[in-house]
Amino acid sequence: MSTPKTLFDKVWDAHVVRQIEGGPDVLFIDRHFIHEVTSPVAFLGLEGRHASVLFSERTFATADHNTPTINQHLPVADPQSASQLDALERNAHKYDISHWGLGHQKNGIVHVVGPENGITLPGMTIVCGDSHTSTHGAFGAIAFGIGTSEVEMVLATQCIMQPKPKKMRITVNGQPGKGVLSKDIILYVIAQISASGATGYFVEYAGQVFENMSMEGRMTVCNMSIEMGARGGMIAPDATTLSYLKGRDLSPKGEQWDKLVPYWQTLKTDEGATFDVDLTFDAADIEPQITYGTNPGLGTGVTQHIPMADTIKDGAASYKKSLQYMGFAENESMLGKPVDFVFLGSCTNGRIEDFRAFASIVKGRQKASHVTAWLVPGSHVVEKQIQDEGILDILTQAGFELRQPGCSACLAMNEDKIPAGKYAVSTSNRNFEGRQGPGARTLLASPLVAAAAAVTGEVSDPRQFI
Amino acid sequence: MAYDKFTILRSSAVPMPNENVDTDQIIPARFLKATERKGFGDNLFRDWRYNSDNTPKADFVLNNPTYSSEGVSRKILVGGKNFGSGSSREHAAWAIYDYGFRCVVSSFFADIFRNNAINVGILPVQVSPEFLEKIFAAIEADPQTELEINLPEQTITLLATGDSESFAINSYKKNNLTNGYDDIDYLLSMKNEIEAFAETRPF
Repeated sequence: MSTPKTLFDKVWDAHVVRQIEGGPDVLFIDRHFIHEVTSPVAFLGLEGRHASVLFSERTFATADHNTPTINQHLPVADPQSASQLDALERNAHKYDISHWGLGHQKNGIVHVVGPENGITLPGMTIVCGDSHTSTHGAFGAIAFGIGTSEVEMVLATQCIMQPKPKKMRITVNGQPGKGVLSKDIILYVIAQISASGATGYFVEYAGQVFENMSMEGRMTVCNMSIEMGARGGMIAPDATTLSYLKGRDLSPKGEQWDKLVPYWQTLKTDEGATFDVDLTFDAADIEPQITYGTNPGLGTGVTQHIPMADTIKDGAASYKKSLQYMGFAENESMLGKPVDFVFLGSCTNGRIEDFRAFASIVKGRQKASHVTAWLVPGSHVVEKQIQDEGILDILTQAGFELRQPGCSACLAMNEDKIPAGKYAVSTSNRNFEGRQGPGARTLLASPLVAAAAAVTGEVSDPRQFI
Repeated sequence: MAYDKFTILRSSAVPMPNENVDTDQIIPARFLKATERKGFGDNLFRDWRYNSDNTPKADFVLNNPTYSSEGVSRKILVGGKNFGSGSSREHAAWAIYDYGFRCVVSSFFADIFRNNAINVGILPVQVSPEFLEKIFAAIEADPQTELEINLPEQTITLLATGDSESFAINSYKKNNLTNGYDDIDYLLSMKNEIEAFAETRPF
């Protein structure tokens, strides 16, 4: 019998074109996503070396990072932003790459549109010049973010050079309690192991909690893998995965689908396969989470107090600087902290399930008058679902408006910037200094915690509304 | 894009002991709108380096005359653990290179940043937490103290005391950096092998 392998080993090993002695593996890439911000210099590089795109059908372009989320039918006002969008369109056209630009009915955040159109499949290698490419690991793919030199590399050669990372398994067993969403699970894990706890590792998520999770929930979890330093995270494909994928626009059909299913069923960690690190958590210990600091590892239960510096793994100086930036102090209660902005959206929580969750709390209630809320669907497909399911009516009656798809205030590259000093409860993925705008203060949370904050105007326990 | 070959580097260093320096701090997203790789050094650590009215923040290390060598930019940046976490933006490595640094030393690098750094010609040198403390202490005692990074020998040395530590780098990447090669040249040379491999993929 052959040596037991992990899911990660199976997918990685199937993509090694060449092993370099004393060096990285040459890894074949099945799918490559590009967007307007990290691709223009890669195309310039290609031209500089008189190279071309090797397999244009394996690359997909969408505009998302630097697009407006209102009045998308108008010309983009900022000339630099417009120039990036033009460059993407021009390059995609020149090299015959599929391009879902601004205004296209398939347009949206790259990590939302890839899966919802069936471009992402189990057993693939997937890269994009964006660290949240880890999202696609929810389908049992090896997916990770790359830099612009590597974008150029993949365009020119469909390969990337990577040393094989170490392997970590994170198992969460049990039943999540009331009001605990996939976002809370992953924020809890990151708080336990810190923002650098998985650096150098590729993670597999295992256990009942992930087995019972929807694909949207799994994407939220895998998306945040990078926030604990992991290059990526993946979940073995199962019936939930296949039923999500079947019939999507670009999913394999008919005979091709039937041939792939038996292969996909082999994509799981064998009994007896080993990991460099194996961690286990209990869902019963997890309550709705919120962050209070300036990295995603600085989070706690929403009913908890801000930890004392001496209980934190990172250095006390960095921790105190972090609290100072946030305008918080050790031992303060998170409940009742004032909230100025609420942001629902991003590749972490911009899918239909997230809007359903948000709507479940704001239904029949009203947005707090002093709160500015930006609700940004991850794609036009999600936007249409929100309308078709009647969620838009619920949101409108509660005093909310829906914006148009894009990355928006998650990285604040467009106009959607939280003003300096203001507090935003955000369903996105990073609470770094200035991430949502210079001087902005971000509290990461689930769509339920965001909804509770939106209606009360302060950090609140969403369970009181469920 | 071509970069300077890296063999032996001697320079005084800029200390930045903060932990978890993420790439949003190295270069904020609003400076990622360019379509060419030009001028990113001007916005390196923008919001730590400048006030909102664009005046320099006097207490930030890059604005501190103690850590400038009479107009000569220092080529080594020494950072706290988990340097370069967060966003995959290679612009962070471009900004560091464009500012004049050729080497970043830390006890721990985020994976994507490490790759990006090497790909643009910056050597990431990972040292033990103890050696990192020694470096910070040495710079504090004498801001002009010099470090030597010897890539062929894979050593980092505090020249004043001779304290030294070896660092790891795989031989392929080492060969690239010392000769100014890049991965794409290598991969283009195996194009036939890649095309044959692609034929075997089921999707």
